[in-house]
Amino acid sequence: MILHRSHIYGVVGEFETPEKLIHAVEKVREAGYRRFEAFSPFPVEGLSQAMGLKRNLVPLITLIGGLTGGIGGFGFQYWVAAITYPLNIGGRPFNSWPAFIPVTFELTILGASLAAVFGMLALNKLPQPHHPVFNVHRFSHASTDRFFICIELRDAKFHLAETARFLQGLEAHHVSEVSDD
Amino acid sequence: MNGMREHEQHEHLDGQHERNDPAGDAKLHEGPMDLAAVRAKLQSKTGKLYWRTLEELAGDPQFEELLHREFPRQAPSEWDDSVDRRDFLKLMAASLAFAGLSGCGRTPEQYVVPYVKQPDGMTLGKPQFYATAMPFGADAIGLLVESHEGRPTKIEGNPDHPSSLGATNVFAQASVLNLYDPDRAQTVTKFGEIQTWAAFLDSAQAIAAETRAANGAGFRILTGIVTSPTLAAQMQSFLTLYPQAKWHQWEPALGDGAREGAKLAFGSYVNTVYRPEKAEVILSLDSDFLGSGPGHIPYAREFSRRRKLDQYTEVDRRDAEMNRLYVIEPTPSVTGATADHRLPLRALEVGLFARALAAKLGLGGSVTVPAGSEDWLDAVAKDLQKHKGASLVVTGEHQPAEVHALAHAINASLGNVGTSLYYTEPVEAHPVNHLEALRQLCADIDAGKVETLLILGVNPVYTAPHDFDFASKIKLDPSTKQKKVKNTICVSSHFDETAEVCDWHVGESHYLETWGDARAFDGTVTVIQPLIAPLYHTHSARAVLGAFTEKPGATDYDVLRERLKAAYPSADFEKFWRKTLNDGVISNSASAPINVTLKFNPASLPAAKTSSLDELEFLFRPDPCVYDGRFANNGWLQELPKPITKLTWDNAALISPKTAENLKLAHNVAWGGGEHGKVYSNVIDVALANSKVTAAAWIVPGQADGVVVLPLGYGRKRAGYTGTNKGFNAYAVRSSSALWAATASSTMIKKTGEDYPLACTQYHFNMEGRQILATGTLEEYRKNPGFAHEPGGNPPKELSLYTEYSYPGYAWGMTIDLNSCNGCNACVVACQSENNIAVVGKDQVMRGREMHWIRIDRYYEKSVKSATNDPSSYDASLDNPPTFFQPVPCQQCENAPCEQVCPVGATVHSAEGLNDMVYNRCVGTRYCSNNCPYKVRRFNFLRFQDWETPQLKLLRNPEVTVRSRGVMEKCTYCVQRINTARIEAEKDNRKIRDGEIVTACEAACPTQAIVFGNANDPNSRVAKLKAQQRNYTLLGELNARPRTTYLAAVRNPNPELLTASRSPAKESA
Amino acid sequence: MSAGQPPFDSPEIRRLTPVLGPGHTYASVTDKISAIVLTRRTSLGWFIGFAIAFSLTGLMTVAIGWLFIKGTGIWGINIPIGWGFAIVNFVWWIGIGHAGTLISAILFLLNQKWRTSINRFAEAMTLFAVACAGIFPLIHTGRPWMAFYMFPYPSTMGIWPQFRSPLIWDVFAVSTYGTVSLMFWFVGLIPDLATLRDRAIQKPAKIIYGTLAMGWRGSARHWHRYQSAYLLLAGLATPLVLSVHSVISFDFSVSIVPGWHTTIFPPYFVAGAIYSGFAMVITIAIPLRKAYGLEDYITMRHLDNMAKVMLATGLIVAYGYFFEFFLSLYSGNKFDVFLVQQRLQGPYAPFYYSLILCNILTPQLLWFYKIRHNVVVLFIMSIVVNIGMWLERFVIVVISLTRDFVPSAWGRYSPTFWDWATYIGTIGMFVMLIFLFVRVLPAISIAEMRELVAETSEEKE
Repeated sequence: MILHRSHIYGVVGEFETPEKLIHAVEKVREAGYRRFEAFSPFPVEGLSQAMGLKRNLVPLITLIGGLTGGIGGFGFQYWVAAITYPLNIGGRPFNSWPAFIPVTFELTILGASLAAVFGMLALNKLPQPHHPVFNVHRFSHASTDRFFICIELRDAKFHLAETARFLQGLEAHHVSEVSDD
Repeated sequence: MNGMREHEQHEHLDGQHERNDPAGDAKLHEGPMDLAAVRAKLQSKTGKLYWRTLEELAGDPQFEELLHREFPRQAPSEWDDSVDRRDFLKLMAASLAFAGLSGCGRTPEQYVVPYVKQPDGMTLGKPQFYATAMPFGADAIGLLVESHEGRPTKIEGNPDHPSSLGATNVFAQASVLNLYDPDRAQTVTKFGEIQTWAAFLDSAQAIAAETRAANGAGFRILTGIVTSPTLAAQMQSFLTLYPQAKWHQWEPALGDGAREGAKLAFGSYVNTVYRPEKAEVILSLDSDFLGSGPGHIPYAREFSRRRKLDQYTEVDRRDAEMNRLYVIEPTPSVTGATADHRLPLRALEVGLFARALAAKLGLGGSVTVPAGSEDWLDAVAKDLQKHKGASLVVTGEHQPAEVHALAHAINASLGNVGTSLYYTEPVEAHPVNHLEALRQLCADIDAGKVETLLILGVNPVYTAPHDFDFASKIKLDPSTKQKKVKNTICVSSHFDETAEVCDWHVGESHYLETWGDARAFDGTVTVIQPLIAPLYHTHSARAVLGAFTEKPGATDYDVLRERLKAAYPSADFEKFWRKTLNDGVISNSASAPINVTLKFNPASLPAAKTSSLDELEFLFRPDPCVYDGRFANNGWLQELPKPITKLTWDNAALISPKTAENLKLAHNVAWGGGEHGKVYSNVIDVALANSKVTAAAWIVPGQADGVVVLPLGYGRKRAGYTGTNKGFNAYAVRSSSALWAATASSTMIKKTGEDYPLACTQYHFNMEGRQILATGTLEEYRKNPGFAHEPGGNPPKELSLYTEYSYPGYAWGMTIDLNSCNGCNACVVACQSENNIAVVGKDQVMRGREMHWIRIDRYYEKSVKSATNDPSSYDASLDNPPTFFQPVPCQQCENAPCEQVCPVGATVHSAEGLNDMVYNRCVGTRYCSNNCPYKVRRFNFLRFQDWETPQLKLLRNPEVTVRSRGVMEKCTYCVQRINTARIEAEKDNRKIRDGEIVTACEAACPTQAIVFGNANDPNSRVAKLKAQQRNYTLLGELNARPRTTYLAAVRNPNPELLTASRSPAKESA
Repeated sequence: MSAGQPPFDSPEIRRLTPVLGPGHTYASVTDKISAIVLTRRTSLGWFIGFAIAFSLTGLMTVAIGWLFIKGTGIWGINIPIGWGFAIVNFVWWIGIGHAGTLISAILFLLNQKWRTSINRFAEAMTLFAVACAGIFPLIHTGRPWMAFYMFPYPSTMGIWPQFRSPLIWDVFAVSTYGTVSLMFWFVGLIPDLATLRDRAIQKPAKIIYGTLAMGWRGSARHWHRYQSAYLLLAGLATPLVLSVHSVISFDFSVSIVPGWHTTIFPPYFVAGAIYSGFAMVITIAIPLRKAYGLEDYITMRHLDNMAKVMLATGLIVAYGYFFEFFLSLYSGNKFDVFLVQQRLQGPYAPFYYSLILCNILTPQLLWFYKIRHNVVVLFIMSIVVNIGMWLERFVIVVISLTRDFVPSAWGRYSPTFWDWATYIGTIGMFVMLIFLFVRVLPAISIAEMRELVAETSEEKE
């Protein structure tokens, strides 16, 4: 029995297995829902495809980070050793480029890794201490052994009762609405 | 050297001393104060306290009284004279400084040439050089002393002085540290209680009065060798004043052999001066004439001139002429290491050899040849005869009179007198047989004939033969509460073993603090001028002696001038005086050669006493570093590796490998430090002349079998913080019957079973077949002058991946001639003094952390293949291995491996090719040291520098950073000297001249083995030497391109002997 | 993830124990592992062990304090042996620090399922080992308070680090390695932190874990990016792992010291690092699974595999020794030849022989199935290998320095009390950190275990 609330975020359905989740996600998409999200305690294979997620930006960011680190690293060493403060070190040439490779390499890796991690967090908009789905008290199982689908209010097709019923139709183990405060 | 110019420009500056010190400006107001308090303050060492109490002191009448007694030059009547008021103020300031040592140098209150107060010519921060001299035994080494704002900091040789010729030795170099030794006696004491000089003068006068009554009877003076004409004059006047008084002399480490030998040969004491340069063939009978004894510096210089091989270019190397040195000695010396042929014989057998040689040369006498030296005898005799008039036989100071006499006879018969040696009147003021003199003194004391004993600058309680038991002669007998000698007065630099048992002790001033004079080995008279007023209440031996005359007040300065006035009458005395002070020598004062007639026939000698070879021969020799013990408290000398053994901080009983094997003695290398530090050695008890001493045994390859050398000078009981209880006291088993050599059965040595850790900076003597130290024979050199160049020595520059840096301006470089270097160590101490190098102490040396920027490696001939590198595992090749020395400073590589690995760029290359160390930038990873193939870098593992002791602050060279904990340091080619010269050159807008920059090591080197200069200038000495065929690079194959290169050592062995004795040629041919 | 066939189907592997005990569900793994941190009472053993480790850490701090007061002179180093225990331990720790990232990264790329239950604490171990290692380069300098000179910062003198020096390469390699390992570890932790957040009972725990979890909610889009980021990190960490110990080896091979200057160093240092790393993982895994009853997760299969990796890398190391030897002799360089002889006959020869014993001979036992499956023997062997690898670094650093070019400068080295105190102290610190880690964080990746459950359940069908 669902009570009508003024400000809600959406409706969640809870599923027991990844298979059911994927099945449900496909159905939800067929039903024309677009603004929905799936939650799982571990990366479920095929979920991304089921949700039709495209390639993400993380690799590109990483590449940029790597290039910056590498080029910047070598450039810096060259600037130090050959331009701003050239010193005769043991008769070695100012631009002893072979000696600069190790640091260049390390900085490439460093740049790329930092970019990858922080890029990922940024795209995921993390850290994000609160999110409406946390209001669903059973949602804590999302980090243990349960799988959720949340169809959001913003979705054009969203109708509280309809959507809830629809989710139950997908043999959701449990359906509840997500309040938005 | 620029020192010369420096000390010449001050002729016009005298008289300036009349102006008074700012410190002295009228600080007078009333305020009572008692003498005790004043004295207490005067003794106080904290300068700050001093200046705070200045005012109250100034006004105190008793203080004035005290001062005036402090400086008796001021007659009491003159106090209110305004001029002298100035003097008074000045003196007061002076005395305050003496007592308080407020941390700044003081200039003496008398006519110092060139100045007292800063003259117009002098700029702060610019060192001044003054000529003076260090009296040492029967010699005095002329010096130019560098002074920074009145602080003597560095000793250089005086080129105008015959016994220096610009070079110095370890003792002269280290003597400046003695000046600032914080353990010096700083006052007058009576029974250990602090007294004033005034009080001493009073009681001296009292004693004088009694003595005068007794006509001098019972007054005895004991000194070392006195070469000072002024002191001698004072003695004479004293002895005329007190006809019954007696003057005894005791020089513990200089034998009577030379004196008595001369007497035996010529009937009178004469002084022998050698001219090694004039000799083609030199035979040394146990003489270390290149490394020690009077005149050894000029001797080494002259000797090395004949071995430079400079003229031997590719073209005319055929007419190579090179002298030849034979050395017969019981224990290895630097002279022996330089020899072309060296024969280890027992000291006694050296005498036999001399007799045999004399006989061989037809002078009669016995011909019992010591075993194993037959072919030697023939070869040497032939060689000597072949070079009549151009040969030389030198005898060691510690050989008995007859050997000296024999040498005189041989030299005479070879016609060497007048060419390679000449005779003069004795240099010592009053030559006597020291042993007999001391024996006499002891006898007289026992006979109760001695009332007053005045001991001037010697330490008989420590150095006298133990059977004399000198201490008991003068110290209070505890049982009878009696003293054999009523008054005992001791004058010495430290409150030493003798001072301890004397009534009065007067701190003796350092030679840099007093006026005086001395004679050099050839008789040349030098004026000793002080560079600084006495730091403490100390006085000269002459002043103390003067205290007993009717003119107790006379200052050294006045007495000296009066004597000179009398001795060298000249129209303008002041001019003469200033010239003398300026030159450091009284021109042509050298004693003229005298003709002596030989009154000696070798045949007349009594039969030589022989010792059976299963007996051991114990030799007493002065230590190469602390000499007879007078330098025991000198940290530089204590930490200086001894030339042959490379031991520091200890002496040890030196034993040959064979003997060690017989006695089952061994070393074992400790894990910490190890080969470059800590070596455990067996401890032995040596029982001689019913006395015993416990010593660590040290095995010395090349020592004659059956010989045990007990170096003197260690085991001091009262030397000071540094010197007390280091090593063992060889004097304890040295009896008057066997002063230099004692024979005893080998049972006199007992292993105690304990081990003692010795600090040895180089245990590994084997080159492991590497081209480290290139050696060859003259023969080889003629055949192939480039023998030193290993195949693939220096890889061709084209092979380098990198384009070479170009050094268009100066390219500083250095060559070290291994043929000249005799390992005398002068450079090491000079470097330490110039560059403020810390002394780290025995414990740190044992951990392999000594800080010397230049070290002298000692290797045995490259063919010596000792299975283990351990002399205690016996190996015949170690019986008499040819020995070579290699000084190793930073090589200043152009492709420096150290620079490339420094993470912070703390060691970088200068535009002139110097491998610069940037202390401020160094974080101390020690990576540079690991990567240095020559291991010349030194690391401050702890805070080695002493930053507290105020005296040592005065010692430091202000132009060199005092390094702290955690930074790397190393030889800089004396970059401070380079820059000083550069500034001079740029001021007159010219290039730096060759020889204008003289590094500390180069300046000190007696043989001029080290040459520094601009390698870019083809006319510079260094460039010419580098062009020589002998020139080679150490570890050239590493392509580090060092700027320091070496000139290979070339020996000139006698072909006839090659089969007989080991010599370089045998292996390398 | 499971691109290509999972290796389980191959019959010979079936015989082996699986990577996960039977009958586990998402909930059960989650409960089991998170319980260690959340509910389970801290055992007395934990407190005792922690106390010991903690006091050893105290010893280290004292040793370092004294070092800062007196200077590096309190150690046994001297001229010519400028590097002693400090650098030996540094290289040793860094080597140990290699297994973690290697397991997580390379095995991840190679899609080795068995890595799952060990990668978490292997990574933690890496971080702690790197922390221990990081101490030494800092304190071994003569003036540690000036050590920041080694970092590029705009100084008033306008002077910068000297980038030709391998030590600077170290600075960058080690700090990069530390950073990347930390990120890799933390990213892996995020989902588990979320789990702990959701399961924690006490409020403080909820808050702490919650903050660290950054609001992770397992959304599919997040997982999507998360996975590619994790994959990329793994891809980046792999060459990094290989580079770090190569760079460490440059400290030696770039210099001219005989015994250091050789081209074989980078590969065989890396192999040695993996070798010692795996040894250390075993050393930790065996007590851990025992203490917390994790036999189902860290199964014999894991130990067996790690033993095999040890054997393999051990053989590479042996090859390295041989070639080091061979190259020296073959080069004909008299200094190198002499050094080889020094290792065999010199004063430090015993160290060399015991090194061979520990690193080459003993591990050959691992050829035997019985040995690999005897937990006790395996544990002992892992410790032997750790000792062996320490000896290897000692032999390389010390023997080479004692006798290089100029015989007059040859020396000896022996550590002082303070050398030992510092070394033992870092071991204490390492153990202490491990104890803390297993107490407050899931020692096994829960999320990945769930995946494993999922996959194994797939295979059931």
